[in-house]
Amino acid sequence: MKEFAYRRVTEIRDALAAGHGGARYLGGGTNLVDLMKCGVETPTQLVDVRFLPLGEIRETPDGGLAIGATTTNSDLAAHPEVRRRYPALSQAVLAGASGQLRNMATVGGNLMQRTRCAYFADPSQACNKRDPGSGCAAIRGAHHNHAVLGWSPSCVATHASDMAVALAAFDAVVRYETLDGGAEIPLERFYPPVGDTPERETELPAGALITEVVLPGSAVAPRSRYRKVRERASYAFATVSVAAHLEVSRGTVRSVRIALGGVASRPWRARAAESFLLDGPATADRFRAAAETELAAAAPLPGNGYKVPLARNLIAAVLADLAEPY
Amino acid sequence: MTTRSTISLRVNDVTHRLCLDHRRTLLDALREDLGHTGPKKGCDQGQCGACTVLLDGRRVVSCLTLAVAAEGAEITTVEGLAADGELRPIQEAFVRLDGFQCGYCTSGQLCSAVGMLAERAAGWPSAVTADVSPDGPVAELDAAEVRERMSGNLCRCGAYPSIVHAILETAARDGVTG
Ligand SMILES: Cc1cc2nc3c(=O)[nH]c(=O)nc-3n(C[C@H](O)[C@H](O)[C@H](O)COP(=O)(O)OP(=O)(O)OC[C@H]3O[C@@H](n4cnc5c(N)ncnc54)[C@H](O)[C@@H]3O)c2cc1C
Ligand code: SF4
Ligand code: FES
Ligand code: FES
Repeated sequence: MKEFAYRRVTEIRDALAAGHGGARYLGGGTNLVDLMKCGVETPTQLVDVRFLPLGEIRETPDGGLAIGATTTNSDLAAHPEVRRRYPALSQAVLAGASGQLRNMATVGGNLMQRTRCAYFADPSQACNKRDPGSGCAAIRGAHHNHAVLGWSPSCVATHASDMAVALAAFDAVVRYETLDGGAEIPLERFYPPVGDTPERETELPAGALITEVVLPGSAVAPRSRYRKVRERASYAFATVSVAAHLEVSRGTVRSVRIALGGVASRPWRARAAESFLLDGPATADRFRAAAETELAAAAPLPGNGYKVPLARNLIAAVLADLAEPY
Repeated sequence: MTTRSTISLRVNDVTHRLCLDHRRTLLDALREDLGHTGPKKGCDQGQCGACTVLLDGRRVVSCLTLAVAAEGAEITTVEGLAADGELRPIQEAFVRLDGFQCGYCTSGQLCSAVGMLAERAAGWPSAVTADVSPDGPVAELDAAEVRERMSGNLCRCGAYPSIVHAILETAARDGVTG
């Protein structure tokens, strides 16, 4: 690990004043400290943001929730209003990492966590994301857990966050501050397409501090679900996951949101499947056909073709679950 | 650039003054600087749970916690669980029900179990809780719940059945949170 300065801040303006150049914000450290140990991250200063006044979850005027960026993953998942109004979000967070890690991890850090591609974490390997222009060891290497949608020849890594998948399904918005003022980005556009710049992982300007994530009010979100398939029963990253909510009235789909995890460089909002289903019959055949419509765009690598039928079956199963009578 | 700081770490109710390189993890500070060798280094990457300690009552992995970031927190290691010399119920149950073989993971298992039982007492759901709604009845703590909630603690000896047994037995006793 390279030497670094450490600074604890309690005011947002102090965080922003310190958070530029070689500095990095420190949340729970569960990803950053890990990557510093293996030499992938080499900050000159850590700005510890956990003592900023950003640890609350509050009601918004439209009946939604604003989640402070330093709220721990545990507090988010355990919050009664999250469990009541956005159960898939609580489930997604609980499906990630371990009890210890969720107690440390923050919402901002979770959104900003880096990919779990093993080549990315190993500085002796070619990796365009870590070292632009060096190549991608995964395309011709071990990529059974890599992307099937939206990848580019420069990088085939997936985004690792479970939480972000549920946030994508709920149309969440990320708010941030910079020295020049604040702004917001819908989660669906927060992670740009890979293109030939896999090192550019988010739309955040340099030095920006995520302050909160806003969930819009939703009458249908209480009927939502997160389901994650992984290589063991617990404590593993997603192979494929689905966050969805569905409202059916007299056999017709009135509202539907689907987002996929483990398949792309970002949470994959299944817009094609959603429009296929909307105002049509809520039947098992249609759920399956909708999943196939979305996955028509899939381009599996030699070693991860299994993810396509897995994603299809998972989407169909989650929707069928949600369509069961109340 | 200042890369070292003099900090106070409060461990098992005792305050220590230390001058530390910022790179020092809490795990290394506890073991190497303060002689608390209860927390173990298994993976040093947040994956095994052997280094679990309690920070302000919440379980965390000390290998991914920087010591300087733990200043101001109440740190409890396995050495602090039996504060007045009496084993806590969870420790006693691990001994009686063979909740270990080699013992390398045990201090992490114990701290994790204490933290987990407190989370459960606070009504937190888990990934195997069928309904996360706060309005329904609190789901029973069964073996599946314990396994899920303790999945951040690996045991190379495979003492899992006895660990689950010891935790379930401890939790079943009225008023006991480990
Ligand atoms: C063993 C293990 C298993 C895991 N399993 C899962 C899993 O199954 N599913 C899953 O989703 N995740 C999993 N994780 C990842 C975990 O969820 C993330 O490491 C965690 O959410 C990161 O949060 P943090 O606060 O610790 O971030 P940190 O490590 O502190 O920071 C991560 C990044 O975010 C930046 N950052 C932090 N806060 C802000 C802010 N407010 N504004 C701007 N930038 C900020 C930091 O500068 C850094 O670049 C696992 C991690 C480990 C170690
Ligand atoms: S998939 Fe992306 S992160 Fe992995 S080696 Fe290739 S460029 Fe790097
Ligand atoms: S040593 Fe900390 S989790 Fe393995
Ligand atoms: S008792 Fe040996 S590792 Fe658990």
